[in-house]
Amino acid sequence: MFTFISKRILEAIPTLLVLITISFFLMHAAPGSPFSSERALPAEVLANINAKYHLDEPVINQYFYYLGGLLQGDLGPSFRYKDFTINELIAQSFPVSAEIGIWSFLVALILGVGCGIIAALRQNSWIDYSVMAFANLGIVLPNFVLAPLCILFFSIYNHWLPPGGWNGGAWPYLIMPVIAMSTSYIAQIARITRGSMIETMHSNFIRTAHAKGLPKHRIIFQHALRPTMLPVISYLGPAFVGIVTGSVIVDVYFGTGGIGQHFINGALNRDYSMVMGVTILVGTLTILFNAVVDILYAVIDPKIRY
Amino acid sequence: MKISKTLIASAVLAASISALQVQAADVPAGVVLADKQELVRGGGSEPATLDPQKIEGTPGSIRSKDLFEGLYNQDGDGNQIPGVATSYDVNADNTQYTFHLRKDAKWSNGEPVTAEDFVFAFTRSVDPATASPYAWFMEIPSIVNASKIIAGEAEPSTLGVKALDDYTFQVTLERPVPYFVKMTSHQNMFPVPKKVVEKWGDDWTKPEHMVSNGAYKMDEWIVNEKMVFTRNQHYWNDAKTVINKVTYLPIESPNAELKRFQAGQMDLSYELPNDHYKQLLRDIPDEVVVTPKLGTYYYQFNTTKAPYNDVRVRKALSYAIDRDVITKYVTGVGEIPAYSFTPEVVNDFNPETPDYATWSQKERNEKAQALLEEAGFDKSNPLSFKLLYNTNENHKKIAIAIASMWKKTLGVQVTLENQEWKTYLETKKHQQFDVARAGWIGDYNEASTMLDLLTTTHGNNDGKYSNANYDKLLHDARTMQNPAENYNKAEEIAIEQDMAVAPIYQYTEKRLVKSYLGGYMPNPEDNVYVRDMYIIKH
Repeated sequence: MFTFISKRILEAIPTLLVLITISFFLMHAAPGSPFSSERALPAEVLANINAKYHLDEPVINQYFYYLGGLLQGDLGPSFRYKDFTINELIAQSFPVSAEIGIWSFLVALILGVGCGIIAALRQNSWIDYSVMAFANLGIVLPNFVLAPLCILFFSIYNHWLPPGGWNGGAWPYLIMPVIAMSTSYIAQIARITRGSMIETMHSNFIRTAHAKGLPKHRIIFQHALRPTMLPVISYLGPAFVGIVTGSVIVDVYFGTGGIGQHFINGALNRDYSMVMGVTILVGTLTILFNAVVDILYAVIDPKIRY
Repeated sequence: MKISKTLIASAVLAASISALQVQAADVPAGVVLADKQELVRGGGSEPATLDPQKIEGTPGSIRSKDLFEGLYNQDGDGNQIPGVATSYDVNADNTQYTFHLRKDAKWSNGEPVTAEDFVFAFTRSVDPATASPYAWFMEIPSIVNASKIIAGEAEPSTLGVKALDDYTFQVTLERPVPYFVKMTSHQNMFPVPKKVVEKWGDDWTKPEHMVSNGAYKMDEWIVNEKMVFTRNQHYWNDAKTVINKVTYLPIESPNAELKRFQAGQMDLSYELPNDHYKQLLRDIPDEVVVTPKLGTYYYQFNTTKAPYNDVRVRKALSYAIDRDVITKYVTGVGEIPAYSFTPEVVNDFNPETPDYATWSQKERNEKAQALLEEAGFDKSNPLSFKLLYNTNENHKKIAIAIASMWKKTLGVQVTLENQEWKTYLETKKHQQFDVARAGWIGDYNEASTMLDLLTTTHGNNDGKYSNANYDKLLHDARTMQNPAENYNKAEEIAIEQDMAVAPIYQYTEKRLVKSYLGGYMPNPEDNVYVRDMYIIKH
């Protein structure tokens, strides 16, 4: 196991480097610059700004400056938010998205797996159909529809919840973002769990367990659940990263100040260092959680050995 | 604009003006104020910075007006009223302004606001090392040496600004510019605390370091969530300020903002979604406030490229736009059809109505058809081109409507091309377009803020329109006491004669304002101050 983990870490470094390199050059290839604005800047002023951000040097030099800073943990100054560095902006916004994300993840996991199992065990019953109807609805209903609907219902028609804001993560501010964030994940997890559970319940070892006369709850929780979870877990790894790195929709509609908005705005504003910062964050988390998934696989499935 | 005219007329030696009214929250008698005086405002997108000399764009500008105060403020009609300066003198040839600063003006750390802070701020703005995107703003009134300093040809310390003593600030101009005092309400001319900026450098705007001289001071700034200002107890007119706390919410989506407003979590919005305008007028007519804004929405022709270098083609395309249909049915938020480049709301100048504005649309269409035919385009050889706009629902709707007008009236084949903002700017800058959507909001309330845009060397003249007579009229207007005649001639040349651009409509400012919010006084430049507002008991 130890060699496996160290191998994964060693592999992560070149992967990240490739990711950084490609993103860096792609970003710099986009037309316009962080400082192109409607009103043309005086040449001398533009020259000074460019010099400050090394934009007057060849891209390859800029790349090495960036890597140099990165080695010291410095993600650079924001090209757009001139009063902040990327480290500050990520430190401010990532915890917000992570908090919404972790709650959404837990809700999605519990409800998704729960619904999936119930639907599988009552296959083709009304429970199954309603769970699957909900799942399909959850998948097709995008969160940019769900978010305003939530606000209409919870905040405008009924003054139950604040329509937006964050307030340090007080629970009334958390509910709607979690609903908007988790619904599609609940639906996906329920579908995967159901499919996997049905398959498992038809396998030979479950049939044997039935034949041995084991009680149903023991068959389900002791024997069927583990193999059922394998495909779910491989979905959860990347899903977790997606969920904790936020969503632009949630940030835009609920004004939570999470990191989701930085993805889009960073690219639109040509905030090179912001785009790099979030790319590195997402890249690192993706590699990390893929490794976690692999480890979980080994724990759950005794056939897997590293 | 009555006040400024009087000022200029009486600007003989030392024309001291001090009897002007000072605005702050003027709560009418009988109005009962709410116990909780806290305002939540929509703030548009997150501002790139709050450093007055580095701000560009409305989101930064509206916030800066609560944090800082310049020499002069504006009232609800856009007239100048004293700010940090109580009065000013001007010399005989109108090139030297001496401002007398109030002695009770203080920074939020309790230190006095001095003439030295203004000298520092003005110098900082033109110093290329500051890299102020609004450095050019100091060139417009021709402050001595501003242009040279910006171009790196002179030392920043040679700028024509001087602190005669702690409370006397003098600005020397290279030529008389009648609207100079009006420009002092702009954030680029706001003072900054010299000692604080020197101590913290670029970090001085961080919430924990920032010191300001306006009615409010920074309390909390969480990017993309909120910005909170609280009362600056040291503000000279704090006694007349009513609202204790201002929260700006950076909400880019007008729909999301509307929801906050409807749920009662916001008192004053940044804008409102056009699609909901009619319904809002039905549901909450008292809370929809639409006022004219100093800006024009127009289509730009690439005059470096055939056939757009042909005035007949430009005129035909412009005439065939039914501006009434656009403003009534497509935008529909009280916009005013534009036939001149300068909006009517501008101070001291009323553009004369060009002839084509007086024709019926049918007449315009007929003229347009004749002109296009004359230029060599007909059904067998139709004009076809790309119409460029930056990605946005409203621009798209307008483009579709106008393209169909052109098709129906002139048989022109238009391909719509949308590009995201930065790409669009780049495309326009390099003249890689045929016809492009454009818009311009004035930076100061004087016609040259619009008309300068069409001069040959202007950095934003992306259509590369060039007319020597036009350039001369505007150049001469700079030193004239009453340039209105030149402006009229300029309009006549650029629009009536050359149709350099096709004006479409004059912008409006549209906001949702809770009926319990008093003292909201929008003016054409959107110089709105929270210190003038108050919340009525509700």
